Amino acid sequence: MEKKRERKFLQGNDAVALGALYAGCKFYAGYPITPSTEVAERLAAWLPKNGGRFIQMEDEISAMAAVIGASLAGKKSLTATSGPGMSLKLENLGYGYMAEVPCVVLNVMRGGPSTGTPTGPGQADIMQARWGTHGDHPCIALTPSTVYEQFSQTVRAFNLAEKYRMPVIILSDEIIGHMREAIEVPLEGELEVIEREKPACAIDEYKPYDNSVLVPKMASFGQGYRYHVTGLNHDEYGFPTNSAKLIGLQEERLIKKVEENYDDIVQVEHFMCEDAEHIIFAFGSSARASKDAVLNLRKKGVKAGLLKPLTIWPFPDREISEYASKVKDITVVELSVGQSVREVSRAAGGRCNIKHIYKVDSKPISPVDIEKAVEG
Amino acid sequence: MAYNYEKYIRKGRLPHIWCPGCGYGIIMKSMIRAIDAMGWSKDETVIASGIGCASRLPGYLDFNTLHTTHGRSLAFATGIKLANPELKIVALGGDGDMSAIGGNHFIHACRRNIDMTVIVFNNNIYGMTGGQYSPTTPLGAKATTAPYGMLEPDFDICKLAVAAGATFVGRSTSYHALPMEKLFKEAFSHKGLSVVEIIAGCPTGFGRKNNQKTPTSMLLWQKDHAVTKQMAEKMSAEELEGKFITGVLYHDTSKKEYVENYDAVTGFSEK
Repeated sequence: MEKKRERKFLQGNDAVALGALYAGCKFYAGYPITPSTEVAERLAAWLPKNGGRFIQMEDEISAMAAVIGASLAGKKSLTATSGPGMSLKLENLGYGYMAEVPCVVLNVMRGGPSTGTPTGPGQADIMQARWGTHGDHPCIALTPSTVYEQFSQTVRAFNLAEKYRMPVIILSDEIIGHMREAIEVPLEGELEVIEREKPACAIDEYKPYDNSVLVPKMASFGQGYRYHVTGLNHDEYGFPTNSAKLIGLQEERLIKKVEENYDDIVQVEHFMCEDAEHIIFAFGSSARASKDAVLNLRKKGVKAGLLKPLTIWPFPDREISEYASKVKDITVVELSVGQSVREVSRAAGGRCNIKHIYKVDSKPISPVDIEKAVEG
Repeated sequence: MAYNYEKYIRKGRLPHIWCPGCGYGIIMKSMIRAIDAMGWSKDETVIASGIGCASRLPGYLDFNTLHTTHGRSLAFATGIKLANPELKIVALGGDGDMSAIGGNHFIHACRRNIDMTVIVFNNNIYGMTGGQYSPTTPLGAKATTAPYGMLEPDFDICKLAVAAGATFVGRSTSYHALPMEKLFKEAFSHKGLSVVEIIAGCPTGFGRKNNQKTPTSMLLWQKDHAVTKQMAEKMSAEELEGKFITGVLYHDTSKKEYVENYDAVTGFSEK
């Protein structure tokens, strides 16, 4: 008998936990923080029954550290947090990029700087995700906007982390994290699950940070390839170096492994964009209201379409650029005074009009407001 | 015959970064002999560290080695142990690394009683950045950021470890190379979180400013001020004034090890 997909009524955060298990996550370390805590609660219960372990650490910093440690020992690992916790994780997130350790970091965005509004949505951690940790570094960040996408983008986040050997951020928000929708849980094998490429070469030939390839293979601690891991600039064997040549090669490789795989990493949804004269650019919860706005505008005869990024970093420059030369305007909708609009303007390069509508009062933007912005 | 360290030293990684007269090389050698005596294979052993002079040690040794962020080695190591409990883990760092910036991780690792050994290299100073005061700088001692003398009372690392719940706590010095090796072996053999504090001298950052002008005088200071637990029991409070106690200070085998208990309670099974 053919197996049928199970239909589940799930909270967005639960869907991340379920997606993590689907992807083969075997370790979670976290620290309680609204509005992400449900992810920890689910995995505390589910992981040990699925061959994994859970730990609530003493703070956000150590949770990020533990996740990197578990990944070095060969396990797919996840942590979840929100803005204030993300600020603390940035130190070891940078270590993850530098030491090239796959892991997934969920930031369920809330409003405001500092403690802000823990129970209200925000979309103002976009630039923090990209530039928050110091130094030049790569960044992959995904932006789901439905409960199903919370599941599927979590699986994709694990895949990208393993494939490119780096931390991958999921930028969800309070609305998506806490809302409930019915989803059909994909059967095993329906979504691609990528496993880490481990070395099989002779022990002496193993270069954990081989600069002659974009993504060197990664051995697990205990596997037999004893190597050194450090946050210092290092040579191809992982040892600290002051060689300008090696430092340069390594730094540039970190950036290139994402830059040169744009097509594989960047995913966007085009909703009624084919004949559109007005494009709305929105992600996460704002994309939901924007979709409604598009449908309402179409009823009024306005040719509107939605460009919804599922990958916010690398920024979908190419897609925006393409629309910029075809449409009258792009309206950027976000719960931030202006983080993604600057990027959209940059990518559009002055080839079309850019409009902006935002809200930062802890409430979502309504479709009516978006319609007015497009028509205005 | 002299012990041959070559098996455990990575080719081409020496000389080390430590100053002439630093006690850390002595600690590293005692560590190597103790690991060797334990019979741990190089593949199953992980040495993790934070940031600072002591934390450069893992790079010289031929194990799975991890040089993390400042103070965080125990948090990284916790993740490693939970991911693969078969691995033998030694996490090490200096006094600043473990008791200042890493203080939170230190007390919570002790509380959890996760099976690993923590070695605190205590030289009473931030050596790598050039001699700033740390939480273990003695009251009144000079440091580059304490030009008028240390104003803050210092931490007793071992008391801190016991209070936080570590189940094996011991202390030795870089002078006492052989007792230190024995203490390491006992710590490594203990199931649970073991803490070993090694009193060491920093001639460059601490000694020069505090009337211990030569490495030898620093080692002799350690020799003169260390009192074994057995000796201390026979000494009066006055006689113990200014001394520190060495050896196994605390050993409790009744508390459950974290990962074993986790697996038993949650019904964990490998899948």
